[in-house]
Amino acid sequence: MRHQIRKTALLAAAATAATSLALASCSAGSSTSGGNAGASSGGATGGQQSSDAALSIGLVAEPANLDFTKTDGAAIPQVLLYNVYQGLVQLDQKGDISPALATKWTVSDDRKTYTFDLAKDAKFTNGKPFTADDAKFSIDRVKKDWTVSLKSAMNVVDSTTVVSPTQLKVVLKAPSNDWLYRMTTRVGAMFSRTGVDALATKPVGTGPYQLGKWTRGDSISLVRNDAYWGTKPYYQTVTFKYFKDPTALNNALLTGTINVIGTVQTPESLGQFENNDKYQVIEGTTNGEVVLSFNNGSGPMKNKKMREAVRYAIDHKALVDTCWAGRGALIGSMVPPTDPWYEDLTGLYPHDVAKAKTLLKESGEANQTLRLRIPTLPYAVSCGTVVKSQLEQAGFKVKLDQLEFPAAWLTTVFTNADYDMSIVAHVEPRDMGAVFGDPTYYTRYTNPAFSALLKQADEGTEAEQVADMKKAARMLSEDAAADWLFVLPNLIVADKGITGIPKNAISESFDVTGLAGS
Amino acid sequence: MILRLLQRLAILLISLAVSSVIVFAFMAVLPGDPARVALGVNATDSSVAEMRREFGLDRSPVAQYLSWVTGLVTLDPGNSYVSSTAIGPQLSDRLQVTLWLVVAAMALAVVVAIPVGTVMAVRHRQVSGLALSAVSQLGVAIPAFLAGILLITVFAVNLGWLPANGWTPPADDPVMFLKQLVLPVLSLGLVQAAVLTRYVRSAVLDVLREDYLRTARAKGLTPMRALVRHGLRNAAVPVVTVLGLQLATLLIGAVVVERVFVIPGLGSLLLDSVSQRDLIMVQDVVMILVVAVLVVNFVVDLLYLLIDPRLRVGAR
Repeated sequence: MRHQIRKTALLAAAATAATSLALASCSAGSSTSGGNAGASSGGATGGQQSSDAALSIGLVAEPANLDFTKTDGAAIPQVLLYNVYQGLVQLDQKGDISPALATKWTVSDDRKTYTFDLAKDAKFTNGKPFTADDAKFSIDRVKKDWTVSLKSAMNVVDSTTVVSPTQLKVVLKAPSNDWLYRMTTRVGAMFSRTGVDALATKPVGTGPYQLGKWTRGDSISLVRNDAYWGTKPYYQTVTFKYFKDPTALNNALLTGTINVIGTVQTPESLGQFENNDKYQVIEGTTNGEVVLSFNNGSGPMKNKKMREAVRYAIDHKALVDTCWAGRGALIGSMVPPTDPWYEDLTGLYPHDVAKAKTLLKESGEANQTLRLRIPTLPYAVSCGTVVKSQLEQAGFKVKLDQLEFPAAWLTTVFTNADYDMSIVAHVEPRDMGAVFGDPTYYTRYTNPAFSALLKQADEGTEAEQVADMKKAARMLSEDAAADWLFVLPNLIVADKGITGIPKNAISESFDVTGLAGS
Repeated sequence: MILRLLQRLAILLISLAVSSVIVFAFMAVLPGDPARVALGVNATDSSVAEMRREFGLDRSPVAQYLSWVTGLVTLDPGNSYVSSTAIGPQLSDRLQVTLWLVVAAMALAVVVAIPVGTVMAVRHRQVSGLALSAVSQLGVAIPAFLAGILLITVFAVNLGWLPANGWTPPADDPVMFLKQLVLPVLSLGLVQAAVLTRYVRSAVLDVLREDYLRTARAKGLTPMRALVRHGLRNAAVPVVTVLGLQLATLLIGAVVVERVFVIPGLGSLLLDSVSQRDLIMVQDVVMILVVAVLVVNFVVDLLYLLIDPRLRVGAR
């Protein structure tokens, strides 16, 4: 199981920052507007005819149910978002916010009022038209009926007003770049006022696909929504099949049971596909920072010299070569390369064993045994031993514990913070604030200057946001709040001839609307 | 006879009651909070508390146990923690899948083991008998999941004759169903066949040494006819015992083989439910397995009575 730490945006409004350029210009969206979400979505290939072909995609984690308003985890939006549910806005492949159910939107001068013009001909799969009332209902419902922690993304909303059936006005309590960005995620999904009775089993959306058949423990199929208001997708049926075992997943592609491996879990197995003419291997990046997290709140890692020593002791290049077959970018802070405020900060703590040893001695904690408590997830297990051995070479004492994920790890490390170091991929987009901006989060990192910077970034203009976020990321790295091992690569293997596969996994959705065959 | 039946039935019921307590107690001490797992990492403490209330986890263990058992006995096990959907239909769907697997594997084991075991016994001093014996030893040594991986590599990945994994209900596509059934059934069944063969062999060997068989031979029957007419029924008692035990092994073996072959049976459900801490689901699946094993033992007891008239007499 790949993992997936969803974090709240406890400080979503204040903390994490947000949108890229689209938001800043008040005419955002209008340049690409035109009621055709299909054309502007993910990897849509313009002019591709619909066909009655079927496609099968192999994934790892099956959703427990289909209601992401009450159940956390990446598995549900991976299947449903953009495919079945649409938002007013969505992320395109460049990471920009683009129109979906809203054909265009304007932002007031005080950056607090958003006016959305809605698609006129959009319809839900229960036959009801999509109107501004549904949009208001959906946004209001987040605060009222959602139970997952992500709902806090809507705390900043002051009021929603239906101006006309095709226009919605949203007023925020304070300017927030992050809010419009969060509207591209599941929190911004639009629901029918009469279609929320059985979300766990019967999703009702406006998207190009609707739920076909769900065989629990095996697969979920989506079928084309023939009443879809935009460009209809190429595939008639797309089936997501779930494989707990990475070898079984690879075998399924090799024997033609599936056409695409959605996420390769064992990068060392890529060789068998790269040398085979039948397949294409796509390597992009994700939002998943693999973090060697420190307990900043108590124990030896509270000592900054210890944290710095650990960072100097780790040879990141050698580590990613050994434990993840050399795939995955090195970052140096909590920002993946696809975010607008990314900069390469790996130079702040270069590999330097001598320096690590000196700092360890100076810290006065050299006799402490560090508890490296990792979840039983492939990357953590694989990298945990490498981290341990690199640290031991620099003179640290390390005890490695594997905790069953999710249950045991959640209780011990996440809830009780009974650990010194752990290894976890934080896959939520733009999660610097969620992971380090909240002193009660398991990293137990407290830094008012950092939090203030995030708040300032959220409320500023686009240029200010980028500048402030860069500063925040640097501050975090210099303070050695954690060590960043690498970014999980987006590794996809597919039959040759399938086009439109998104290279980077930067949204929460596995967007199949743009896929096509030849 | 009736008394003996009632006695066995009482043992069955007591075993069931005791095992339900054990299963429940095990789940109770498992680390990890189901509500926390269901809500994900960032749920606030109050929403976790609310979820615990919703699940009924805030009640006393005794109350939880009683409501669980009541649900089982009335065949209304309630809803899963994780998927919020009814458990009953999920269990019966998964059980059907696993039954196909187990029954087919058992059938394969019996069909292979009885003739092969008998031949091995009759020819136990000949080369052919020894060779078969060696092969079966090897079969006993290979665990089912390893056999599964080897079969997949050879027949699916390299030769491409059969699908590597997956499951299609027989009603949807009977041909695909059979194709996908072959490898998992072979990997489960052949290992069991190897084990069973050893028992058939030794049971038949024992019988061959009996006086009554020598008498039958003396009357002029060929070794094979003597064995078939006078020996098989006697050899059957230990073999049926082993069959019962093996059915239990098969059910457990299916858990692993289902994972290797990506089959949505009880085993996959059990593993998923454990990792999601869907405790009610785990308890129910484990109880189904326990019931299956105990009922099989019960049936084996009854079969003894059928096969061996002496046991019936003894019960008077």
